[in-house]
Amino acid sequence: MKDYKKDFPLLQDHSLVYLDSAATAQRPYSVLEAEQEFYKKSNSNPLRGLYRIGMAATDAYEGARERVRAFLNASSTEEIIFTRNTTESINLVAYSYGLTRLKQGDEILVTIAEHHSNLLPWQMVAAQTGAKLVFLECEKDGSFLEKNIEAAVSEKTKLAAIGHISNVLGSVAPVEKIIKLVHQKGGVVLVDAAQSAPHITVDVEKLDADFLAFSGHKLMAPMGIGVLYGKKALLQKMPPFLRGGEMIDKVTREGAIYTQLPHKFEAGTVNAAGAVGLAAAIDYMEQVGIENIQKREQELTKLAFEQMQQIPYLKILGSTKPEEHHGILSFTIEGVHPHDIASILDESNIAVRAGHHCAQPLLEYLGDKVTTRASIAFYNDEEDIEHFIACLKEIRRRMGYGD
Amino acid sequence: METRNFYNTILTEHNLHPEHKHVLKDANLMLEGVNPSCGDDIVLQLKVEDGCITDGAFEGSGCAISQASVDIMLDLIIGRKKEEALHLAEIFLKMIQGKATEEEMEELEEASALSDISHMPARVKCAVLGWHTLEDMFNDN
Ligand SMILES: Cc1ncc(COP(=O)(O)O)c(C=O)c1O
Repeated sequence: MKDYKKDFPLLQDHSLVYLDSAATAQRPYSVLEAEQEFYKKSNSNPLRGLYRIGMAATDAYEGARERVRAFLNASSTEEIIFTRNTTESINLVAYSYGLTRLKQGDEILVTIAEHHSNLLPWQMVAAQTGAKLVFLECEKDGSFLEKNIEAAVSEKTKLAAIGHISNVLGSVAPVEKIIKLVHQKGGVVLVDAAQSAPHITVDVEKLDADFLAFSGHKLMAPMGIGVLYGKKALLQKMPPFLRGGEMIDKVTREGAIYTQLPHKFEAGTVNAAGAVGLAAAIDYMEQVGIENIQKREQELTKLAFEQMQQIPYLKILGSTKPEEHHGILSFTIEGVHPHDIASILDESNIAVRAGHHCAQPLLEYLGDKVTTRASIAFYNDEEDIEHFIACLKEIRRRMGYGD
Repeated sequence: METRNFYNTILTEHNLHPEHKHVLKDANLMLEGVNPSCGDDIVLQLKVEDGCITDGAFEGSGCAISQASVDIMLDLIIGRKKEEALHLAEIFLKMIQGKATEEEMEELEEASALSDISHMPARVKCAVLGWHTLEDMFNDN
């Protein structure tokens, strides 16, 4: 088995067991170097400089855009907008599409499993336009029943915003089916790919998604760079989200003529080094190979899942099939608060997340308001899992229970 | 990497078998304290007569640190004057910041078992929930 840890500076410390990749991934040397390289060799404000390094900066930035286009299989770089993160990408669509297109009587469809970032912007749009927010509920294992999907989508569904992979359950939502149905009824669909882009192939053409958002930092890129994909025909008709420098053709005292896509949506100085880092992260991902990533993550998830199932008083949320978890294992231990579980694991330098995972409606619905979440990436190894399991087994005893 | 052992028996005992977790029927002071990050939620109930805390209890739920900390606090303050209780609260908060002297720590008796929380910034809110609720209660009255 290839040792991926050697590619990651922070994972050189083998006493650290990092099981929080769903919150943010680790970054390989190649990404850090690419980011530094930008600042060392072509640092200048992209899209402005009429001198050599200015053009180098522009080339680096636009090259990164092309890299992302190919990664998502979008048809044009005009459809790739750089943002800070998934949250900003979704807000862009909420403000520029949602607020301008939706009205009373329309419906916005979300699932009960949405991350708050794919819920609060739509609550805002609903409140301001009078559109109704409709929830599609999932089963306890994270799956969606066909009849529920069909019942939720109608001619009123002008927009659906669907998380591709749940950050709590790790399950994949049937986005293709939802997209097809919503399109038949004349609506558009935004896919929140924050948790899917790092783990499975995301092909916007195959999905036929209208908008798709993801964050660089969950995909081993630097923090502060994210992506919004949007179909050109939709983006063209949308007003800018933020207004300011580098997004205009002409400005007079009274107004402005906005520039072309994608720069219309990238007001102000951009995060060029972040974009370059993202391109390097995609390169690294493809060098490892998405099939290898998936295979490795499935192996490790299965290993953890099967051993966790043996631990008394421990319950794993979601599917009973490890391969449906995509590395995400949310769990509870009877009698022990998740924050205590996380603190006890931290005593052994094991990093997990505990709390409501920014998905309070889902946890409320599932009946476990707070959980602990271990999330596994391909760069973890068997030793990480063994260490984690050994500590988990001790938790109730550590808390003073006799068993 | 040092290994820490924060969850000592004092803490786990008070969490699993809290002596003061019940309803205090004749309480004359009552205040709810919440810590949204852990979902800790306590209702502190005291009986105060002539400036002296003659009895106390709490109800609620949350993480072990918040629950044990309130129980230990009640052990310490029942039978004391309001001013003494506030003085202990002040020392406790100092201890959490890693600033209490050894003599001050001694005054805190079992509550000093929580001193290592100063190394766990994310959990400080849990440890101080009871004490802050106590301060708020007295400052509002
Ligand atoms: C499913 C999902 N959507 C959206 C987000 C928000 O991502 P970001 O904080 O990078 O904007 C996350 C991150 O936790 C997520 O898991």
